[in-house]
Amino acid sequence: MTVDAARGAPLGTVAEPPPELVQLLTPEGERVEHPDYDVDLTADEIKGLYRDLVIVRRLDAEALALTRQGELGVWASLLGQEAAQIGSGRALRPTDMAFPSYREHGVAWCRDVDPVKVLGLFRGVNHAGWDPKEHRFHLYTIVIGSQTLHATGYAMGIQRDGVEDAAIVYFGDGATSEGDVNESFVWSAAQNAPIVFFCQNNQWAISEPLERQSRIPLYRRAEGFGFPGVRVDGNDVFACLAVTKKALDNARSGQGPTLIEAFTYRMGAHTTTDDPTRYRLQAELEAWKLKDPIERVKAYLVKSQMADKEFFDAIDAEAKAVGSDLRRRCLELPDPEATAIWDNVYATEHSLLAAERAQFTSYLGSFEEVSR
Amino acid sequence: MSTETLSLSRAMNEGLRKAMENDPKVVVMGEDVGKLGGVFRVTDGLQKDFGENRVIDTPLAESGIVGTAIGLALRGYRPVCEIQFDGFVFPAFNQITSQLAKMRMRSLGTLELPVVIRIPFGGGIGAVEHHSESPEAYFTHTGGLRVVSCSNPSDAYTMIQQAISCPDPVIFFEPKRRYWDKAPVDFDLANAAPFEQAVVAREGTDATLLAYGPMVKTCLEAAQADEDRSIEVVDIRSLNPLDEATVLESVRKTGRCVVVHEAPVFSGYGAELAARITEKAFYHLEAPVLRVGGFSTPYPPSRLEDHYLPDLDRVLDAVDRTFAW
Repeated sequence: MTVDAARGAPLGTVAEPPPELVQLLTPEGERVEHPDYDVDLTADEIKGLYRDLVIVRRLDAEALALTRQGELGVWASLLGQEAAQIGSGRALRPTDMAFPSYREHGVAWCRDVDPVKVLGLFRGVNHAGWDPKEHRFHLYTIVIGSQTLHATGYAMGIQRDGVEDAAIVYFGDGATSEGDVNESFVWSAAQNAPIVFFCQNNQWAISEPLERQSRIPLYRRAEGFGFPGVRVDGNDVFACLAVTKKALDNARSGQGPTLIEAFTYRMGAHTTTDDPTRYRLQAELEAWKLKDPIERVKAYLVKSQMADKEFFDAIDAEAKAVGSDLRRRCLELPDPEATAIWDNVYATEHSLLAAERAQFTSYLGSFEEVSR
Repeated sequence: MSTETLSLSRAMNEGLRKAMENDPKVVVMGEDVGKLGGVFRVTDGLQKDFGENRVIDTPLAESGIVGTAIGLALRGYRPVCEIQFDGFVFPAFNQITSQLAKMRMRSLGTLELPVVIRIPFGGGIGAVEHHSESPEAYFTHTGGLRVVSCSNPSDAYTMIQQAISCPDPVIFFEPKRRYWDKAPVDFDLANAAPFEQAVVAREGTDATLLAYGPMVKTCLEAAQADEDRSIEVVDIRSLNPLDEATVLESVRKTGRCVVVHEAPVFSGYGAELAARITEKAFYHLEAPVLRVGGFSTPYPPSRLEDHYLPDLDRVLDAVDRTFAW
């Protein structure tokens, strides 16, 4: 094997045919057939998906603006990944359990998590403001890939409960290099656990392109672990819905895990602390803009005469209202009391924490004494 | 009959069995815990009696053991993980310290993580490297974890059950060189000390030895051997939270204190004990708190471990030094 020193990638991998990509809606908004996957959606359901896509994009833009204005410490934008998240999120049943990474604001929306609760983490008022059990949507996980093992264990629990639920876990292309992700592949295969691995390959792990992580398409990793892998057009909400639904059904019916690689693109920066102009070309972004996940649904709705201007205007107005409401409630989020530092660390009384808390409270009280 | 003489390994086994009988959500998982019964036989026979769904032979992946245990706990199970040897816990370090320890706090108390991680620890068995370490300070330093260690068969039987019923994650250190020591086990949990309480293992008036796990026996032998002075031995049992009251009461009585553990002295658990005693019992002290433990080196080859590990003579040497002060 020779290696191109300039790029570090092994030669010989370029000649491979392009991988299969499951697509049901082209970037131009044409409905296309696929031999293995299909969706049967009513006009209202399609309009519902469109509404989801537009609203989560608006929420994301609002959060980005709040960060620029210093109201959030940082934000990880989902821009460009709306279809992957809404398609997979809407494939879930209420009793299924989702384990997100930290960019899954669209899945949170599908799980009825109040968007302002998602902002709590990024504003620094808490580490996660929602009840994971109520929404069947776990806490965000920032240490890359750790949540894949939690989802695998959870799926093992589902197996032991003897019910037809499934777990889905979200992670990115960078995470596929983590040991935990690979351990979870090994584990779920050996246990035949009812789990779906949903990898959003957005092409960039901060500044590192996919070829720094893998010399084969990511979905093909699954084969080596002994379960199916599929690459789906991550900007096609229909295809993401269809592929995820099938994988979840397979999990429920005892067929074990599936790896879904949703081929998509991170249109924005990794987070607001990042500057993508240092490592990627504008032309790449422009090319992906033509594959926008929302525009193609809109085009399809127009062409098929399922929706008119009035509908689109109403959705835009609703999205704007939801965004303004999010902004207002974000600004109203109170800073926690100092003693919240010691809250909920242990379920049971802990003598050391109780002593620290009492001492610090008394210390704070001493300032009040002085100011009197 | 409510007492029986058992080895520490067997007492652990009986404790696990009891917990599994009492709660169908308790699952045991780890490498070789099934048919083999664990390399120290702590899980002997459990898979036969409770089945493969509750006694899980896992892939050889420690991060996976703890990570999937977290997932099982989120689904309502009470996993008891076995890490085969102390030196193998580090691949799971992220899952323990960044995930398991913090998850309850991060969820604002909505999630409960009743996970027990059993770790056979310490040296003295002539093992190859990575099989004789004492990593407890890494875990006592991490908020959100409880850290305990049993020193005798009766505590092994009761403390493992207390750990399993505890709603918080517990790192359970087992003194591997004491696995085959036998002693009477009291099966009546009503007689057991509370989970987070230290116990006075031997009463004395002249100096206090503080120890936990394998060093309790060493300290008891040292106290016994000292014919001139009356030495008290406190078994810490719960490292985090620490039962400060029992420790301080003993030190205030004796005025002299030596902390003994196998882990390196520098930045070790004994430093915490010494600092707290100095802060809270300063005027009772006749001498500084001394520490006896491993050296600031990697664990040595086993032919050297007798020099590295505190033994009766090194403990008594430290006791002599506190009296010479």
